[in-house]
Amino acid sequence: MRWASWLSIGVVAAVLAAFPLFMTSNLALNFITFAGIITLAAQGWNILAGYGGQFSFGHAAFFGTGAYAMALLQVRLGLNPWLALPAAIAIGGVVGFVIGALTFRARLRGSYFALVTLAFAEVLRILTNASSFTGGAAGVLIPLRVGIDNMQFQDKRALYWLVLAFVVGALLLTHAIARSRFGAYLVAVRENEDAARALGVDTLAVKLKAITVSAMLTAAAGCLYTQKFLYLDAGIGFGPWISIDALLAPIVGGRGTVFGPLVGAGALLGFGEASKILLANLTGGAAPGIDLVVFGVLLILSVAFAPQGLMGLVRPFRSSPKGGTQ
Amino acid sequence: MTAPILKVLAVTKTFGGLMAVKAASFDVAEGSITGLIGPNGAGKTTMFAVIAGFEAPTKGSVHYQGTDVTGLDVHRRAALGIAQTFQIVQPFAGLTVRENIAVGAYLRHRERERAHEEAAKVAALVGLAPALDQSASELTVVGRKRLELARALATEPKLLLLDEVLAGLNPSELRHMVPVIRAIQESGVTILMVEHVMQAVMSLCQHIHVLAEGQIIARGSPSTVSRDARVIEAYLGHGAAQRLKVAGGADA
Repeated sequence: MRWASWLSIGVVAAVLAAFPLFMTSNLALNFITFAGIITLAAQGWNILAGYGGQFSFGHAAFFGTGAYAMALLQVRLGLNPWLALPAAIAIGGVVGFVIGALTFRARLRGSYFALVTLAFAEVLRILTNASSFTGGAAGVLIPLRVGIDNMQFQDKRALYWLVLAFVVGALLLTHAIARSRFGAYLVAVRENEDAARALGVDTLAVKLKAITVSAMLTAAAGCLYTQKFLYLDAGIGFGPWISIDALLAPIVGGRGTVFGPLVGAGALLGFGEASKILLANLTGGAAPGIDLVVFGVLLILSVAFAPQGLMGLVRPFRSSPKGGTQ
Repeated sequence: MTAPILKVLAVTKTFGGLMAVKAASFDVAEGSITGLIGPNGAGKTTMFAVIAGFEAPTKGSVHYQGTDVTGLDVHRRAALGIAQTFQIVQPFAGLTVRENIAVGAYLRHRERERAHEEAAKVAALVGLAPALDQSASELTVVGRKRLELARALATEPKLLLLDEVLAGLNPSELRHMVPVIRAIQESGVTILMVEHVMQAVMSLCQHIHVLAEGQIIARGSPSTVSRDARVIEAYLGHGAAQRLKVAGGADA
């Protein structure tokens, strides 16, 4: 029983790793790589909001920090991407800690916290768009120089496997957190902050730790995005799209669960992509934005019929002693 | 007489223009069960909030084991050994009973297995063992009261503040809970309880402080306090003690 959950992560990892062996088209490979990056960003959100109940609307702040740090460390400081990657993740963690310290110390909760995180992301987007160091509105381009030492791969599957390694690492980390004292405290903070304090939980420290870990995971997603597309502008790095993707995926998939972000990202992007292709075939022209309509429909459906997300639909069929009326 | 584990010194707490507690001072002897009673609105729950650290006193100080803890945050006091139950129960509704209690147990036991073992032990003590894997949201009112008690106990406190854990229990449930509280005391935990169930207060407490309109108006053993004219007046209204005496005289 104890091994079952670790084993399930291993099985999922093996299946995902085998994908590119069957799906060899460029389109499919691009799609699963992108979905992996979104999953990683969403897993970051899941730790802070799904487990900790602190709903961020501004995870773009962390995604963009990771993405821009990854790009600028290479372009401006000439750092090797393999060194830039951990540095950029650490910078993302620092930004997370600072935003957490400013908001949680001010005792911001619920929708106030959500609005302030949104504001941080927007401020970073505007500053990035204005500063010449970040390339301004023109964005920043990473010179193409293919080579494993330069984290630019001839074989596109290599980047996918790198992304997958991070996704699996995030799954393992989330599972470990969920089973730890820190995880129990995090959930206690989500459920009832005063009761948690009375039981000796330092709620501020727990929330700061959570937002730091959360920001690091989402920053890692930003780093990988940079390496995949080799181009960034403020709207991509700090735009609201990633804040929304990072929170929609766990909500649809099942927030506060280990696999929720993965399932949700797969479902959202899968349906979005399928509807794009379908509509293009039916009407003969592209229908930009149709995936956003699909996202909206999926969100409404999941809120109405599966408030625990897709993972919540699976759970009742398991024979667990927890089952019963809820 | 052992040294007091808790000393409340001239605590005043005002909310805007309302003075909930007025310069109240009292001690709790180590190892005792001490009662804090008084009519509704007397400031008992405010007093608990000040002792546990949820509210800072406007004036005065709280001393625990000889040190001033007035400036310490709630979780620091919990780590020192002050635990409390809430009058309005505050379960972690999305978690199971076991997980709820384990949050308390994690304070002294870092390992998940140990914390869950301790949770099961405490659950057995308060009579929640059959409900361990139920969701806390499925518990009855009595079950939630027990859960409050279990979670606080799981932090292995030295001083336990019980805010009306017996309220709303029927007589048979009372008969179960009173020995539980006595067993907690016998294991070495000092208990300070706010309670309206007088039968339980009288049988459990060695010492009682009576709070009325924010002030301590009487203190002493249960039998002394229950005969105190000011206490009777506080509960039954002005002149009640006199009328009772007259009625008693007429009977005799």
